[in-house]
Amino acid sequence: MRQRDLFRPVLAALALSFFWPAAAQAHLVTTGLGPLYDGIGHFCLSLDDVIPVLALALLAGLRGAAASRSLIWLLPLAWFLGGLVGLSMHGTEPVLPVRAVTFLVLGILIALDAPLPQPLLCAAVVLPGLFYGWCNGVALAAGSGGMLGLLGIAAALFVCATLLSASVVAQRAPWTRIVVRVAGSWTAALGLLSVGWFLHLKK
Amino acid sequence: MKLWNHRSAMCKAGFILLALIWASPAQAHIQKGEVGGFTSGFAHPWSGWDHILAMVAVGIWGAQLGAPAIWMLPVAFPMVMAVGGFLGLIGVPLPGTEIGIAVSALLLGLMVFREQKANLTLACILVGIFGLFHGHAHGTELPPGQSGLYYSMGFVIATGTLHGLGISLGLIHRWPVGRTVLRTAGMVILLAGAFFLCEALKA
Repeated sequence: MRQRDLFRPVLAALALSFFWPAAAQAHLVTTGLGPLYDGIGHFCLSLDDVIPVLALALLAGLRGAAASRSLIWLLPLAWFLGGLVGLSMHGTEPVLPVRAVTFLVLGILIALDAPLPQPLLCAAVVLPGLFYGWCNGVALAAGSGGMLGLLGIAAALFVCATLLSASVVAQRAPWTRIVVRVAGSWTAALGLLSVGWFLHLKK
Repeated sequence: MKLWNHRSAMCKAGFILLALIWASPAQAHIQKGEVGGFTSGFAHPWSGWDHILAMVAVGIWGAQLGAPAIWMLPVAFPMVMAVGGFLGLIGVPLPGTEIGIAVSALLLGLMVFREQKANLTLACILVGIFGLFHGHAHGTELPPGQSGLYYSMGFVIATGTLHGLGISLGLIHRWPVGRTVLRTAGMVILLAGAFFLCEALKA
């Protein structure tokens, strides 16, 4: 059967199903996977976590396929390990505007299209990964998310970093590289303004 | 192969409409000040014609200069503007901010009107100095009680949008009529800048 012949019956069945809504009986409680989804949701809704991941993906994408391959494994791993430390330490997030400084540094590196050697790039991935993971771990320790929540976060950022860095690597037109660099300059501006905002509030 | 299938497109549009009818309220964990921070940050660069005209003029001038200025100026402006915003946030005074903003509109209008060819470094320095004044004004006018990160993000995106608008307008430079239109626009910006300068000197 041709694909277009299937489309309309499937659409009609789907539309019909909307008229018989019933209470969801999702088995999240019995599987115990709720915190995993909480972790995914937490990452997707926390812009201060998403921005560094996007920035690192852009940076690795600019440096090519090998750098991106390193990123997609190192970043979730570092994030998860940092999260485990945060979970066990029960500390508090640092007062210093580390997040803002991360945006600034990563943004400048992207805007300059800095030719970072592989070890330095790995360090640029692992250090923020450990820090942000630790922050997430500390936050999860205060709630009930635990290790499954961390796994959810790591999975979500793996998908996000993979998709974005692969998109950058796949681009061949020179102007696309420029767009990435402009995004870097915006990230750096965001970081600098956030540092200023932090100091403004401290006054 | 037919690129546009009308019936198929209608079916898809119908499905999307159906999905929208069943939309339920989002239960995202919005934190205090997030939405207000983004919208007020995004609205701020649009709040004054002096800012709007200067930023659009940067884009138009970049388009008139061609590559690499077309992307270099919109990269330089937000970064230096963020430095200005940072100085404004931490309370470092910048004398004659309003005069500087008015002069920026006036001079950028003049550059667009004259289709002024300039050395890239010189153009970046000029645009950077103007960005400093604009950023400082934004930094000192930040409303209290907003999320710094979201405000900064809205602010940077709005600035980039204005540059993008200027670049898009500047692309008509390739046609003789377009060049005349752009030069006229430059004259309008120049006159508006002169008006803003008179107002700033009176204040």
